[in-house]
Amino acid sequence: MTSTQEDLVSSTPGLDGYLSRRLFARPEIGATAAAVVILIFFLLAAPAFRSGDSFLTVLYQSSTIGIVAIGVGLLMIGGEFDLSAGVIVTTAGLANSMFCWWFGIDLWVGALLSLALCLLIGFVNGYLVMRTGIPSFLITLGTFFVLQGANLGITKAVTGSVTSPDISQMDGYGRLGNVFSSSFEIGGVTVWGTVIWWLAFAALAVWVLQRTRTGNWVFAVGGGQDSARAVGVPVVRTKIGLFMTVSFLGWFVGMHTLYRFNTLQAGNGVGNEFLYIIAAVVGGTLLTGGYGNVIGVAIGAFIFGMTSLGIVYAGWDPNWFKAFLGVMLLLAVLVNLYVKSLADSSRRGLL
Amino acid sequence: MQGVGKTYGPIRALQGIDLTVPAGRVTCVLGDNGAGKSTLIKIMSGLHAHTEGTFQVHGETLVFDSPRQALERGIATVYQDLAVVPLMEVWRNFFLGAELRHRSYPLAGLRIREMRRIADEELRKMGIAVQDINQPIGTLSGGQRQCVAIARAVYFGARVLILDEPTAALGVKQSGVVLKYTAAARDAGLGVVFITHNPHHAHLVGDHFIVLKRGRTELDSPRSEITLEDLTQQMAGGDELAALAHELRPSGTPTAPASEGTTE
Repeated sequence: MTSTQEDLVSSTPGLDGYLSRRLFARPEIGATAAAVVILIFFLLAAPAFRSGDSFLTVLYQSSTIGIVAIGVGLLMIGGEFDLSAGVIVTTAGLANSMFCWWFGIDLWVGALLSLALCLLIGFVNGYLVMRTGIPSFLITLGTFFVLQGANLGITKAVTGSVTSPDISQMDGYGRLGNVFSSSFEIGGVTVWGTVIWWLAFAALAVWVLQRTRTGNWVFAVGGGQDSARAVGVPVVRTKIGLFMTVSFLGWFVGMHTLYRFNTLQAGNGVGNEFLYIIAAVVGGTLLTGGYGNVIGVAIGAFIFGMTSLGIVYAGWDPNWFKAFLGVMLLLAVLVNLYVKSLADSSRRGLL
Repeated sequence: MQGVGKTYGPIRALQGIDLTVPAGRVTCVLGDNGAGKSTLIKIMSGLHAHTEGTFQVHGETLVFDSPRQALERGIATVYQDLAVVPLMEVWRNFFLGAELRHRSYPLAGLRIREMRRIADEELRKMGIAVQDINQPIGTLSGGQRQCVAIARAVYFGARVLILDEPTAALGVKQSGVVLKYTAAARDAGLGVVFITHNPHHAHLVGDHFIVLKRGRTELDSPRSEITLEDLTQQMAGGDELAALAHELRPSGTPTAPASEGTTE
């Protein structure tokens, strides 16, 4: 026991064992520090960044990535990847709009059908991964290409172009718009509904992950699938549920995009899957699973929102944004690696 | 367990194994690598279904197809390397798969404070001093992790405890600690199945010994009818070892026990 303690202390000089363990239990610590630094940096560098309005625009930008990133983060804690999470957003919107436009029915029906379709895609992802044992990276890479192709192919077959039809005159558009893409004014600044949804989903996910049995199982299937199965955790059910959570949140953002812009580009969403993964990793989620939390993922998405707009507000070439994301990702991975070595090294030293 | 066997396609991993696990006794299953020990555990713990023979728990004939079923009937298994989830806290590991909740609806809150308290108490009761019940279990030593897993099985009312090579990766001192908790579990009235390839450890705690070889029972004997030397000899391939010991012995030395050199 004493030597365990020494190991922990020796790898974190200046901290006592208790404190280092408390920090170890907080995956979002690195992301929080980074977010504060970036915030201060842009407040200094970009005068346009300093208004309440632009802050809420940042939050809106963060929410469009952040909502799906919650699901992707949970899935990664559960030890799996979903590369189809970016295009499923577009699939959800296209399915809703084109189905209703073709058959001329109420958009509510289409929204529910689209939800069923997305949940089915999530289920198929999860089922294939669990059933075949092929890494989720490959399975969802397949789904990604299937959806990307189908999005374009079906849209072209239905409308003759790569843009979905305008649905703003159809039944149900107003009410669905209220649910998915409303905004309201507080003190002269516009707050988008998705920001509220984002925070609500994040709060729910925090509760589930830290305080419920399901959350316990998510950590367990990611941190030690065989151990989890041996003590009676339903591994297959938990993982399939996680894939379906991702596709549900993808559907939600798809609905938002559709009811905000009323038409969609069929090629959209490609590349966003990496933004979700980056948000999760920057937020302290371990790539190999079993470690991370939702607050970290939310902060990761917030960092994304701040930088993508901060660079514009500062008047720089927006192309630098991607380079910046890459640097953030590398730094985050290094921090995560260090955190994991804290747990591993002290164990290996004693075996 | 009578005449139990298991075939993987054309490969016959195990056949004709008779094994009884009485309460309050330690039954040791010994065997070299590939003797069928792991297959036997997997059948008993529900990871694989057996293909021949009958498997009875309290007089009820069963075929398990998931570890959950085995757990429900009080058969708990502590695996050598997959006993715990290293990055999770000690108390979360202790209650994993049997979490206490406030209500039974989905997403009901966990009784976290209570679980922390119980885990701490139970570990103390077994004489395991964990510094902080909230530390990731990966920061504990191998022996301590085994002990936590044993304490967990005892607390959740296991009637049969299967220990898969609990001392294989451990040093002498830590093995001693694990053997102590094995005895504690036996005294608590559990039937213990102790699987090992180390006859010394087996002889320290065992009441009954079964030696497996190439999927068959080679020896089946109560403690009263066997000595450590016999056991070691059986394990190491009997006469082969005696010949080897004879060769290795420098000429003129008084008889050394034939058992040395076979441990670990």
